[in-house]
Parts: sequence; C-alpha cells; structure tokens
Amino acid sequence: MEAEAILTTRNLTMRFGGLTAVSAFNAAIPRGSIVGLIGPNGAGKTTCFNMITGFYQPSEGQVHFKGRDITGTPPHKVCHSGIARTFQNIRLFGNGTVLENVMVGCHVRQATGWWQAVLGLPSSRKEARALMEKSRELLAVVDLGDLADEKAGALPYGAQRRLEIARALATEPAFLLLDEPAAGMNPNETQELMGFVRDIRRRFDLTILLIEHDMKVVMGICEHIWVLDYGVTIAEGCPEAIRANPKVIEAYLGEEAVGHA
Amino acid sequence: MQAQRTILNLLAAAVLGLFLWWAEGHLDGYKIQILNLIAVNIILALSLNLIYGFTGMFSLGHAGFMAIGAYVCSVLILDPAQKEMLFILEPAYTWVQQAQAPFFVAVMAGGLAAAFFGVLVGAPLLRLGDDYLGMATLGFAEIVRVLAINLPRVTNGALGFKGIPGHANLWWNYAWCVFTLFFVVRLVASNSGNVFKAIRDDESAAKAMGIDVFRHKLLSFSLGAFFAGVGGALLGSLVATIDPKMFNFVLTFNVLMIVVTGGLGSITGSVVAGVVITILLEWLRVVENPLFIGDWELPGIPGMRMVVFSLALICIILFRREGFMGKREFNWGWLLRSLGNKAGRHGS
Ligand SMILES: Nc1ncnc2c1ncn2[C@@H]1O[C@H](COP(=O)(O)OP(=O)(O)O)[C@@H](O)[C@H]1O
Ligand SMILES: [Mg+2]
Repeated sequence: MEAEAILTTRNLTMRFGGLTAVSAFNAAIPRGSIVGLIGPNGAGKTTCFNMITGFYQPSEGQVHFKGRDITGTPPHKVCHSGIARTFQNIRLFGNGTVLENVMVGCHVRQATGWWQAVLGLPSSRKEARALMEKSRELLAVVDLGDLADEKAGALPYGAQRRLEIARALATEPAFLLLDEPAAGMNPNETQELMGFVRDIRRRFDLTILLIEHDMKVVMGICEHIWVLDYGVTIAEGCPEAIRANPKVIEAYLGEEAVGHA
Repeated sequence: MQAQRTILNLLAAAVLGLFLWWAEGHLDGYKIQILNLIAVNIILALSLNLIYGFTGMFSLGHAGFMAIGAYVCSVLILDPAQKEMLFILEPAYTWVQQAQAPFFVAVMAGGLAAAFFGVLVGAPLLRLGDDYLGMATLGFAEIVRVLAINLPRVTNGALGFKGIPGHANLWWNYAWCVFTLFFVVRLVASNSGNVFKAIRDDESAAKAMGIDVFRHKLLSFSLGAFFAGVGGALLGSLVATIDPKMFNFVLTFNVLMIVVTGGLGSITGSVVAGVVITILLEWLRVVENPLFIGDWELPGIPGMRMVVFSLALICIILFRREGFMGKREFNWGWLLRSLGNKAGRHGS
C-alpha cells in the first residue's frame, strides 16, 4: 500500500485467561481508505476494536495513530485524538433525545464548560447555538433531521444505527470504526448503507475500518480486508484475493456447517 | 421566546416573593416552619437528584454532607460567648472559638466544605462500580457522624450545638432555594447536563464519545455535595439545635424519598415532591400521637410515619418506577399552550 498509514497495529494480542482472543494482529491502514475486518463469530474482531479504542489494554503489541503510540490510552483520550467508533450492540443514550445524543458527541470539541453555562456567559451561549446547529446538520446527513426531538431509545433499529454514526461523527474523527453497521439490516438497507459509508468518507475526510460478519457485504466497499479466525489473521488483501483464498472459504464454510447444525 | 421566558420567570419569582411577604405577616410559626422546611428539602432533593437522578450515581451520603454544612455554618454564626458556654465537654480549639462570619458567608462555607469532602471521598469512591457506591457513601456518612462525636473540641461531641442563631428565615431559605433551582436548571440544560445524562444511560458509550467519565462524575458529585452542605447549613440554623444523632440515615432516606417520588431526573418532580412530602411528613405526625376512637385509645407508635412513608416508597417503586413526573419537566410553553386551549374552548 502506497498511501501513508494513519493507523498501524503491531503484534496486537489480547489474552483472556487461557483464551487468546486476538493474536499478533498487524495492520497498516492507509489514510483515506475504507478497509474491512471480517471473520466468523467470535473470531476476535470486536476485541481488536476494543484494543484500538482503549477499552481493552492489549496483552502485547502497540497501536500507533498518526505516528503516535496510543497503546493503553483511555477511551476518552483516544476519542479526543481523533478516533470514533460505533458498537456492535447499539449503545445510544436511550433516555436522551436524538439531538442530545449528537450534542454529547460534540462535547469533546467544546471549549466552554459547565460554569460558563450556569453563568449564561455570551461565549457559552454562542457555542451552545453553534453545537446545536452542527448537530442538526449531522442529523440531516444521516437522514434523521425530522426526528431530532424524539427519544433515541424509541427509534426503529435502522435509525438507531444511523444515529450512532452521527454521534460518532460529532466527535470530529479522522478515523472511524464501525462494528457490524449492517447487522440486522435487509439487503436493501445494506446496499444503502454502503453508499452512505462511501459518502461520509468523502464528506468528512475519513479513514474507515469496518467489521462485518458477512463477507459479501464488505466486498463491495472495502479496498483492503483482514480476515480473522480464532484470533489469528488467516488472510489479508484486496477483495478479489480474499474471495479466492481457500483458507477464508474454509473458515466460512466451517461456520456455515455449524450454523446449520 | 427567550425574553418571554425570562419575563415569566421573573414574574414567578415576584409572585413567590409576594407570597412569602404575605406568609410572614399572616401565618403562625408552625406553618412558617413548614414553609422553611419545604425550601430546605427542595434544595436537598435537587442536589441528590443531580447526583443520582441525572448522573446515575446511587449515593447515600447526603446526611454526611448535610452534617458538614451544618457544623461549619453553626460554628461560624454562633457567638464566641455562646460557644464558650456550649463547649462543656472540652473547651473548643481557639480557631473554632473565634471563627465568625456573616450568615451568607457561613452558609457558603458550609457548602464549600461539603463540596471539598465530596471531592475527597468522591475521588476514590467514584471509581467503584455502581453497586458499591451506595454502600461506600453510606459508610462515609456514618464516619462523619462518628467524627462529630469524637471531635468534641470542634463539634462539642454527642451534645452538639444548641441555640444556633435562627438567621435562616423565609427570605434566606427561599433565596437559596431559588438559586439552587436556577443553578441546577441551567446546568442540566447545558451540554454538561447532556453529558451527565449520557453517563447515567451508558458509561461505555460516553467514554467512546470522548467524555472523561470520572471527571464528570466527580463534578456532579461535588456540586451535589455543595448544595447538600448548603441545605444542612440552613437546616441547622432553622432548627437551632444540631447533634450527631440528627444526621443519621433517616435524613438521607427522607431526601431520597422526595427524589424518587418526584421522579429521578426531573427537576419539577423534586420541587413538587419537596412541597408535598414535607407537608405530608408533618401532617403524618398525627399517626404517632395517641388516637381516640370513641373511648378506645390507639396508642401512638413512635416512628410510625416513617413506616407509612417507607410503605408508600415501596409502592411507588413497585407501581410507578419513574416517579410522579418521570423525566418530564414543567415549561412555560406547555403551560401557556394548555391555558390557551382552555381559553379557546371557553371562547367558542
Ligand atoms: N471481556 C472479555 N472477557 C473474556 N472473553 C472475552 C471478552 N471479550 C471477548 N472475549 C472472547 O474473545 C473472543 C472474541 O470475541 P469478539 O472479539 O467479540 O469476537 P467477534 O467480534 O469477532 O465476534 C470470544 O471468544 C469472546 O468470548
Ligand atoms: Mg463482534
């Protein structure tokens, strides 16, 4: 890969007791690309996300972001440095409104604090208005403009997924991790989502790493793919190479057989 | 709309002022005392709601913060001559003996001292999981009580203080109450308020959104502690007598009851429940007195009203979890609209 890497992992390893969930994951992700991490259930994909975003402290290995070692940095600082994520099992602030969810995403870039707000200082009011506007714009991007005042927990499933992305975008990331964004979607919605992911990459100048359980989905949009099986990287390369790789086919066939049993 | 709301808020404050002025001249001491308790209870409920209702930290340490506020304030407003008479177990330290401050400064100092302890205990405790926080804060409140008993040169030990100057009149209490309300409303409506609620709803997601969860928990906890200290300070001056026994778990429980009944995460709920429950608690004193049914005497049982209230609280938790208001809030737009509708119907 020629483009400079925005994020690299070196021998990233995660052990839970005797179980090695991820072993020696090595990736260099070029700036501006859309890349995928695939593999059967339990392969260690989400664990990789958790190590990159600071939720897990890796047992071994490092994560470098924009040339800086961010291994073991707590999640909120990772986010501040420009990495945002979504969760496999959607995690919205369920009691808040759709707009408030996005506003919370904006907080990490906010300059004025709580006491300025209590005092009602002009600087604080001005920023609050700007954040509100920014949040509404982001909601328009994910097609939730009309639902701004609805309770987030009451949204239909697909809308919740899009809100989670809008919230992540509000943190102004350079690097976005999407954990199974197409899970639970029908083929039509999935198709739409793929267009949407390409669209936000261009619009917000992002690098995107997405996890997909379903190999077929990622083939359409990813420029480069890593395949995990039982924590081991069994293949990496462009979609065509992955599709033809016998090891990958075997891993997925094995899972199908289990799935049908 | 913004200007309109400001005018309506000022109008409401003026109405409250008029009411207090009227009450001062026309109500007897007992009723005025209840009005005073309402203001203090609203302050306490708002402060616990900030911690528990809005930020999701189940804290049972309120009585501890109230005690700190009450003792600090009392020491500052008691006369040196009075203190000389009071400290009969052991003489007070010179700095305790000589400390003096005007009432406003004393209440402020009580709040700040409570907030300081909020930071001090919050820093280690807020890293604990939610399941342990309740226990640990309960322990903290108990430690404050034990310290109050065992530091006789500061607190006059188990005897406590008597004859605390009653500066906490209607005006002071309601001024602090309105200030607390203003503060909490502004805070909760700000993006920091959104952040508190986000932490309550999903801590991990909040972290992923770049929020320093620990810092914000500590902020909410110590702001809550500040107002608990203020409430305690006012209460001390209001009842004129404080001792370590007064700050037991029942005090925390009363505040918790108001917050849960009103609705966790509803400011309106805390205000309304603050009024209603304070009145009911007083009114229910009846059940603790002997009751005559014809010639037959039902003996009064001390603590009976707490039993009644505990049962009520259990019923609320069983049948209306979200409390009286849920997470809903009063706002002028809503009131004006519903009034407008009524007027419209009358007109047609
Ligand atoms: N916090 C944890 N503690 C123990 N085991 C874990 C933990 N997180 C993940 N695992 C285990 O690591 C393996 C990989 O999980 P995960 O990364 O969620 O898989 P994937 O996202 O690819 O489906 C699984 O066997 C899972 O049970
Ligand atoms: Mg997963």
